Amino acid sequence: MKYTGRDWVLFTATGLATLLVLGMLGIIIGVVLWEGAPSISAEFLTSEPTSDMTGGGILPAIYGTVVLTLLMTVAVVPVGVATAIYLTEYAPPHSRLAGIVRAAVQNLAGVPSIVFGLFGLGFFVLFIGRSLDSAIGASEPVWGKPAVLWSSLTLAVLTLPVVIVTTEEALRAVPRDLREAALALGATRFQSILTVVLPNARGGILTGVVLAVSRGAGEVAPIIFTGAANFLPYLPTDLRDMFMHLGYHVYALATQSPNVDAARPVLFGTVLVLLSVSFSLNLVAVVIRSRSRASLRA
Amino acid sequence: MSETPATDTSAPPPDELRTIASSTIASGSDDSRSLTRRRRHGPAWHRFGELAVRVMALTAVLAIVLIFAFVLREALPILWEDSSLHLADLFSPRQWADYDAPVYVWQPVGSVAKMNIVPLFLGTLKITVLALFFAVPLAIGSAIFVSQYAPRRVREIVKPAIELLAGVPSVVLGFFALMLLATWVQDALGLPYRLNALVASMGLALAVIPVIFTISEDALDAVPRQLKEASLALGAREWQTTLRVVLPAALPGIAAAVILGFGRAIGETMVVLMASGNAAVMAPFDPTSSARTVTATIATELGEVSHGDTHWRVLFMLGVMLFCVTFVLNRIGVAVVARLHRKLTAASR
Repeated sequence: MKYTGRDWVLFTATGLATLLVLGMLGIIIGVVLWEGAPSISAEFLTSEPTSDMTGGGILPAIYGTVVLTLLMTVAVVPVGVATAIYLTEYAPPHSRLAGIVRAAVQNLAGVPSIVFGLFGLGFFVLFIGRSLDSAIGASEPVWGKPAVLWSSLTLAVLTLPVVIVTTEEALRAVPRDLREAALALGATRFQSILTVVLPNARGGILTGVVLAVSRGAGEVAPIIFTGAANFLPYLPTDLRDMFMHLGYHVYALATQSPNVDAARPVLFGTVLVLLSVSFSLNLVAVVIRSRSRASLRA
Repeated sequence: MSETPATDTSAPPPDELRTIASSTIASGSDDSRSLTRRRRHGPAWHRFGELAVRVMALTAVLAIVLIFAFVLREALPILWEDSSLHLADLFSPRQWADYDAPVYVWQPVGSVAKMNIVPLFLGTLKITVLALFFAVPLAIGSAIFVSQYAPRRVREIVKPAIELLAGVPSVVLGFFALMLLATWVQDALGLPYRLNALVASMGLALAVIPVIFTISEDALDAVPRQLKEASLALGAREWQTTLRVVLPAALPGIAAAVILGFGRAIGETMVVLMASGNAAVMAPFDPTSSARTVTATIATELGEVSHGDTHWRVLFMLGVMLFCVTFVLNRIGVAVVARLHRKLTAASR
């Protein structure tokens, strides 16, 4: 052993702290795999739950999560990338506006997820939705009720900082020479961004998108009031439909099911699916990031 | 606009480059004047694109403003709307009929709605402080280990692993605390209730550890090597260097990490909602009692109140308070980190 005396104490104490943190992660993964794996089957993934939710599959929850995150991605990526382009390519150095935008992004990242839920309900459902309803003269709420559209827009606002921060980092990693070469060749600034900067940063941008999807797919608090449903007998086909969701399904089954013990296999199976989705997305992000860094260095 | 003044930017580039340039621009025109103009401003859709970029860049600012405005919009009418609720009752104890003494009670449903938000903030504070009690030593310990001791290979396993922990959805952490931790803790300590503040705070610690670890590790890593080497050269032992030179230099960053972790813990919903037992009891110093947090209250009750009720408004008011508290904590944390980095980069020059 290289360390002695108090050196050894500090080394061991901090090492144990690290082991404990990693151990907790290991226990979570281990237990979920151990209890969840027996529930996973093709049927579990492709069939609908039974009406008491203690049996059957989770297809609607998977479908709902996918639709939700797809819509969210469509909404958040253009805005997030554009903001990052503004911050890196257009804002003058020490620009006041850019400072305000950056501060807003940092604050947005710190807003509690349940407050996003209140915002989604207050702004998208009640303000935008009800306004649309009165514009079309509907007597029953058509837009002014919880729906997959409103949930996905709420999540888009929540994941905006993730996309902006990773994209900004990716754009900054593109060497200045490339931009200047494009400008020297007579490209306009916008053209150099579209044809030189963005293609060179696509790995980093993709990382941001994947991280945003991973974050968005796991959030439950923002969708409780804006569109998630306990149980739906059909798959949503319309932007105005409600939807089932993997995370919400876990929450509802674990806390509101009349018979949690009977639901246990379904519950662990659902958690395993949710955890695999977010882990594989994070893994993809890590791989893309390290690859794109390597290619930029080359 | 038909005449573009000849400046050096419009000077014709050498022939070779020029052919490349005009092919990139993909302009079919032979008219060199129009080519010049296009080169400087681009076709109309480029200008439109640039405008779109500038407008979309304001979305984040707009979002913060809208979040505050629209949560407040649902909460504020409580000030002038006619209701049986006295605003003072939100904060100060009141002696209700059949009670012996003034009390803090959150019982929003019933013949007389009692909506005192003190127990909720107390629950939040209790669980958050307990969570930090677990999370801070573990996260900072790991950060010291990774930044000071771990060989490169170990670091390259630990850091992604903690990122992975950060990627675990909070509903999964809540589920873990509810289904497993709760049973283990109850068996180990012989507690009367499975779900309590202790279990919730352990689950919450798992959500906060990655936040505190990442920022602390960044701060420790940013301490210039020279400081450490100077200390070792003066004959200090390694533990002395770590605890008395590196740690103090990174202290503002670590403080910021704890502040940001605190903000994250206050706002966390799913873990406490699932694992805390959700009874609003006033037992600030008993970790084994149940607790109801602000976030969990909003999440469970909003679905059951009708739009525009006093109860509805109070729940949105809780949201406004939550927004303000986390906003301030966030600003402080971010400012401290930024200052530290400026200082450290200046010191290493």
